[in-house]
This record gives sequence, C-alpha cells and structure tokens, in this order.
Amino acid sequence: MSAPVIEVKGVSKSYGGVVANRDISLSVAEGRITGLIGPNGSGKTTLFNSIAGYHPIDSGSIRFLGNEIKDLNVQKIARLGLVRTFQQTRIYAKMDCTRNMLISIPHREAVWRDMFADYDAKDLERAERLLEFVGLYAKRKLPAGSLSFGQQKLLEFAMALMNEPKVLMLDEPTAGINPTLINGLIDRLQRANKEFGITLFIIEHNMRVIMNMAEHIYCLAHGELLADGPPEKIQNDRRVIDAYLGAH
Amino acid sequence: MSTAMTQGLLYGGIVLAGIVAPFAFPEYTFQFALLWIMILFALTWDILGGQMGYNSLGNIFFFGAGMYLCAVTQIGLYYDVAEYTAAFGAVKVDFTMGQYMLGLGLGMLAAALGSVVLALFFGRIVFGLRGPYFAIGTLGVALAAGELMGTWEYVGGGGGISLPVYPGDPDDRALLYYILCFVAAILTFAFLRWLYGTRFGLALNAIRDDEEKAEAMGIHTTRYKTVAWGVAAFFLGISGAVFGNMTGFIEPLEVAFPTTTFGIFMVLMVLLGGKGTLWGPVIGATLFHVIKEVTWTYLLGWQWITLGALIIVNVIYFQQGIMGWARDKWPERFGVVVDRRTTISSRDEEAAS
Amino acid sequence: MLDNLSLLGQAPVLNIQLLLDGLFIGATFVLAAYGLALVWGVMNVKNLAQGDFVILGGYIAVTMAEWGLHPILGLPLVIVMMFGFGWLVYRAVISRVIDRDLFTSLLATFGLAIVMAQTMNLIFGPEVVAAESGLKTRSMFDGMVTVAEIKAISLLLAAVLATIVIIFMKKSRMGQAIRATAQDARAARVMGIDTDRVYAFTYALNSAICGAAGVLISLIWVIQPYFGITHSIRSFVIVTAAGFGNLPGVIMAGFGLGFAEQYSGFVLGAEFQQATVVALLVLILVVRQIQQARHRQVVR
Repeated sequence: MSAPVIEVKGVSKSYGGVVANRDISLSVAEGRITGLIGPNGSGKTTLFNSIAGYHPIDSGSIRFLGNEIKDLNVQKIARLGLVRTFQQTRIYAKMDCTRNMLISIPHREAVWRDMFADYDAKDLERAERLLEFVGLYAKRKLPAGSLSFGQQKLLEFAMALMNEPKVLMLDEPTAGINPTLINGLIDRLQRANKEFGITLFIIEHNMRVIMNMAEHIYCLAHGELLADGPPEKIQNDRRVIDAYLGAH
Repeated sequence: MSTAMTQGLLYGGIVLAGIVAPFAFPEYTFQFALLWIMILFALTWDILGGQMGYNSLGNIFFFGAGMYLCAVTQIGLYYDVAEYTAAFGAVKVDFTMGQYMLGLGLGMLAAALGSVVLALFFGRIVFGLRGPYFAIGTLGVALAAGELMGTWEYVGGGGGISLPVYPGDPDDRALLYYILCFVAAILTFAFLRWLYGTRFGLALNAIRDDEEKAEAMGIHTTRYKTVAWGVAAFFLGISGAVFGNMTGFIEPLEVAFPTTTFGIFMVLMVLLGGKGTLWGPVIGATLFHVIKEVTWTYLLGWQWITLGALIIVNVIYFQQGIMGWARDKWPERFGVVVDRRTTISSRDEEAAS
Repeated sequence: MLDNLSLLGQAPVLNIQLLLDGLFIGATFVLAAYGLALVWGVMNVKNLAQGDFVILGGYIAVTMAEWGLHPILGLPLVIVMMFGFGWLVYRAVISRVIDRDLFTSLLATFGLAIVMAQTMNLIFGPEVVAAESGLKTRSMFDGMVTVAEIKAISLLLAAVLATIVIIFMKKSRMGQAIRATAQDARAARVMGIDTDRVYAFTYALNSAICGAAGVLISLIWVIQPYFGITHSIRSFVIVTAAGFGNLPGVIMAGFGLGFAEQYSGFVLGAEFQQATVVALLVLILVVRQIQQARHRQVVR
C-alpha cells in the first residue's frame, strides 16, 4: 500500500451551529484514484474546502505529503502541489484559452524576478499540448468566456494539469456535462492518473463514473463518514444505499 | 502597411507632436503639461482599475504624498522646513540654478521612492478589502491624508506650503515643467507597455477575472497587487512633485489631495477611453482634458455639475468606453478570435482535436 | 493636547458637556446611517450621495426659516419633499444601476453626490449656515454645561422619527414587502411583489430620512454644500461597524461616533474633528479585515 498523500484525521467543521463535518478521518493513497460520495448535504464540499484551505477547521489534523496543512492558506497549499477544481467551473473569462493555460504554470519556485519574465517557448508548447489533450486546441485563441460549459470544464481540467499538481481534487467533474462527452472526460482523467502520475481525489454524484474509476471510495452522510472501501463493497453496502434513498 | 510600421508612425507622431507643441503654441504650455499629467493619471489608474479589477478612488493619495515629499526635500535641503512653513512665505528663498535643479531632482526622487514605500505600507491596509470596500477604503485613505496634512504644522498645516521659485525666465520655467510632465507620461506608457507583455500583465488579468481562482492556482496574488500599486504610486508621486512646482503653492485639500476633482477624473477618463487597454486611458484622458479646457469657461458655474452628470451618464450607458466599443465592433483587430460557427456538434469537436 | 486631556480629568463636568453634545448630534448620525443600511440591505446600493441628501434637507429647512416657517413645523413638509425627490432620483439614476456591478452603482452615486453638492453650492453659496430655532439655551452645573433646548427637542424628534420608521417597517404592507425583497428579491418577485416599486419606495424613504436628519442638523449644528461627503462617510462608518440588521448596533455606533468627534475636537483641536471621521473609517475597515482574516476570508 503506497503512502497516503492526504491524511485527514478527526476533522470537524461547523457553520453557525450546523455541524458540516464531524470527526472525519480518511486517507488518499498516492498514485491512485480515490472517490468521495454521499447524498446532498453530507459535507463533501465542506471537507474539500477544509483540505484546500478555504476555512479553518474546528478540530483535527490534515496532512499533505506528511506536512500539516490545516493552518495554511489556499495559495500556500496550492503551491505545495494540491490543486482543486470547482463545482461551478472557474476559468479566467476575458483571457483566451492559451493565456489561461500560461498563467497556470506552477508558481512553486517563483521568485520576485519571475514576475517580470516572459513566457518561454517551452511553456507555450506545453500549454498547447495540454489543450490538445483535452480537445481544445482549435479553440486556443478564443476568449475562455465564450466556451460552452462543458468546454470550460475541460479547460479548467487542462489548467489544473498545467499546474503540475501532485494531487488533483475534483469537485463533481462530470456534473452538467453532456452524457455523450462523459466517456471522453473519464478517459482523460484516467490517462492523467496513469501517464502523468497524478493522484486523483474526486467528489462524484454519478455512480457509474465513480464506481468505474475509483480504486477506493469514501461515503459521507450527515457530516460523518459512513463507509469506505473498494467500489464493489460500497455498492453493496446497505447503509450507503439507505443513505442515498433517504431511509435515515 | 505592417502593424509594426503603423505603430512606429503612431508613436513617432505623438512624440513629435509632444516636442513641437510648446513651441508652436507657447501660451498653452501649462495646459499641454496638464494634459500629460492627465494621461499619466489615467494610465496609472488603469493598472489597478482596468487591468487588475481593483477600482481605487484614492490614487490621488500618492499624487499628494509625492507633492509634499518633493516640496519638503526642495526646501529642506537648504533651509529649516519648520521655520519656513511657520513664516508663511516671509522667508525669502534664493536659489542658484544649480541648487534649484538639485533640489528638484532629489525632490522628485524622494517623491517617487517615498510614494512606493507608502504603497507598500498602505497595501497591507487596503488589499484585504474587495470591491466597493476597496473603493471606499482607498477614498478614506486619501481623504484622511488631506485632513491630517492640514493639521500638521511642520508642513504648513491648513495654510499649505509655497514652493521655491524657479530662478530664471518664467517662459523657461513653463518649458521645464512641460518637459518633465511629457517625459513622465512617456516613461509611464513605455513602462506599462513592457510590463503588460510579461507574466505580470497576465497575472493582473487573472486577478481581475477571478481572484479566488488565481489564489487556488497558487499565484502570489498579494505580491502582484502590492507591486502594481507600487508602480502606480511611483509615477503618481513624480506627477505630484512636478505639479506642485507648476502651481507654486500646495494646499492639502485643494491642491495635494483633491479627491473629488483630480481623484475622480482619473476614473472617469479611463472609463471614457476604455479600461483594461493600453490606449484607452490615453484616448480618454486626451478627450476629457481637451473638451474640458475648451468648454470650461463657457459653462459658467455649471462645470462641476456637468462633470458629475457626465460621470453618471458614462457609468450607466458607456462604461466600456471608446476602446471597449471598438473592441466589440471589430474584435479581430484586437486579436480576439470569434468563433462564427453557429453549431458545434460532437463530431466537429472530435474532428477538431 | 495633554492640557485638554488633563482638563477633562480635573473638571469632570466637561465630560458631561461632551457626552451630551455627542448624544444630540449622534442621533442625527443614527438616522442617516439607518437610511443607508436600508438602501444597502434592500438594493445593494452603497449610496455615496447619502450625506448630500442630508445637506439638502438642511438647506430646505434654512430656506423655510428665511420665509418665516419654523423648521420644526416645516419638518413634515421637508419629509414629503425629500421623499418625492428621492423617488425622482431613483427613476432617473438609481434604477439604471441596480442590477449592475457594485462599482457602477458606487460611481453613479458618487457622480450624483457631485451634482447635488455643486448644485447646492450654485444656489445657496459656499457659506456655512445654520437655521435659527429661536429657542433658549439652558445651563446646568453652575454654567459649566450648556444645553440648547433645540438640541433636546431634536433628540426627541429623532427618536420619534426612528420609531415611526421601525413600526412602519414591521407593520405595514410596504414595510413587509421591503423586508421580503431585502431577504430574497427573486422570491419576492415570484410572490407577486413589484420589486421595482419597493426599490423606488426604499430609496425615497431613505431620502426622506436623510432630509429629516438634515433639518435637525441645520438646527443644532451647521451645514455647507461640501459637507455632504463627510456625512456619507459617517453613515458608512456606522453601518460597517454595526452590520446590517443590527439596529441597536447602529444606534450605539451612531452615538459612539458622536462622542468620538466631540472628544477629538476637544482634546486634539477643532481641525482634527473632520479627520476623526475618515480616520475611523480606515480603522473600521482594518478591524473588519483582521476579523475576516481569522476565518481566511476577505471583506467584500
């Protein structure tokens, strides 16, 4: 079993009296695809936001590559190699796709002088290759805001890859995508995982997608960890089925 | 004609016009100098407002700060500043040309660098604010500066400071300051033209389009914001230093920190010309200044009301400005590629990849 | 400055003077701030022209006094006039910037502020004026503390006005419609509320409240065409410090600002009184940032 890249231990988070996450512990293994599922309101996005640094957590510990990150802010965590995409796809609307990609190069090593440098041919080439990878090469000169919703999602994914992350957290990557295009997206996610060696941690509602992709799945319900295990185990777990059908 | 040639002709033409103007129409030298200052105002406001999406109502703060820093340096090099201001101009200042130029040069340097330091400091105060809070916060800083300088006796308090007089021909004096304004504006434009072409320009635009996304992608947003403000402060400080000498007398609320006149002009000129572009501020500033100078005397007391009304009308109906309008009409000219296909089928998409 | 400070310690009655004056003027600040909170909360418009509405109310009062109508008696007239004026301004300007981005509405109201201030300057001239109340000044504590009767009446009127507005907001149909729209405009529209009318009414109501505050200020203090922006900043400081739905907070912050200005004027000198307001604005924003930073948020 490879070492966990993300280790969440006993994390709790409340918003004004509502407990969004209660004592959650999970780990994301390196190089694998891990899934996070659960009915609406179970606290998945809150957990994502906690890991990514959007808000302080009430208690617990979050470790990334062995380092405690619970007190770090969003930018620092991103620079450590933990990148996330958003449920409501976020790209830079007024810039063209290529420039969206260029600004997404890793800023880990950036020193003050780098702020004023030009982009070299290597960066441009990489940007174009990644745009091609997601099938957006033909649109590279268009303003990102003019792309369709599905295309923007692909762009956001490409930008995330451009950032050379160690771990990519994806919040509902197939939501709102035309069903005929979902297979293409799954294929690219798996290739990113296998060829680029990026660990994936995915929130998904689409059971077909997540059961086929993930090697390990965590299921949340009512802010707590309900069950975890390989897809076959989760699919047949009575509690998971009940949680989704609302028996509780 | 190639783009490079047209650009070269354009720049050459403007520089030439700038050099010739004060000799062709010497009575208007002051107005021409003011025009270059307006262009500088617009360009510096656009760094934050247009390129970065942070609408500041307080950039005039650096203008006033630079003005005071320069004046204090010019006087302080040879006299005791406190005595000078306490005497309200009764102390006769007699400089040789050499002394005056040295004072002016060092004063401008102090204005530029001092303003940058202030930008670094106040950046910490205002950059945790977004949107309207940032606008009001920066307005507050500028207003506070004006009020507080009015209480500081060392720099003359509410009475202000009168600046050392140029020891030479008044026509030469007007020309000197014209040249300084001209060069300052050209330098600002050239610097920004270079800056926007680097990664810095891209980062600013990313912050404008979606700052949270930029943070989530690991961009050092605070660094970029602070440097952007520092750049604006640098050039604004110089413009303040020069303007103070042009008018000869600094008064805190009316001359140094005029938030409701120069301060709001900055915003209006950029909105008129088109924010987020390099030429928009230049066009907006030129149009605004020329129209204002021509119509001012005809408006007979209604000038400021017209100005306020202009702000309202512009903000409601024409916010994209001239360059924005041109961009919408002729997008290809500006490098924006428009996809004119009316349908995108998945077959087309596969074929395109 | 230290002398003035020690003076406060030596003669505690002086504190009473400052507190009373702060109370009286603070009440008017509370009114204007409430109006701003209303417009801000319901329409998300940060009305930079707030202070100019106040000054306009003051000038109407001064003009009435010149024509022989006592401002207190003319107060209802001012309220009606300012209400109508606010409605017009909404139709002409505000309605066109409501659904746009926040900087647009801010800049539009800034332009409005300039137009109003300059127009008043053109009509009334740049002198500082006040309205004569014709009432006496009483003194207490061996003449160390003076209280003008008009100031006490002004405080009473402010309280009455505020109460009327609050009852209106709670009990009347329009008041409920306003609160519904403030919570969720889309839902209100779906329920059949004409949100455009609500917005117009809210802005007009704010104008009327400001006008009333202006009448009181012209009686107990002074007005001048360019004082508007300072009053706008005062309202901002109070609303930012107190937060929106927090009426007790607004009241406390309003009085607090009144006290702060009186004290700074006494201890530091009259020139500092103007500076106090803007300094407090910057301070409040810094404090807000620090508070938000603890939650890793920004002030938006």
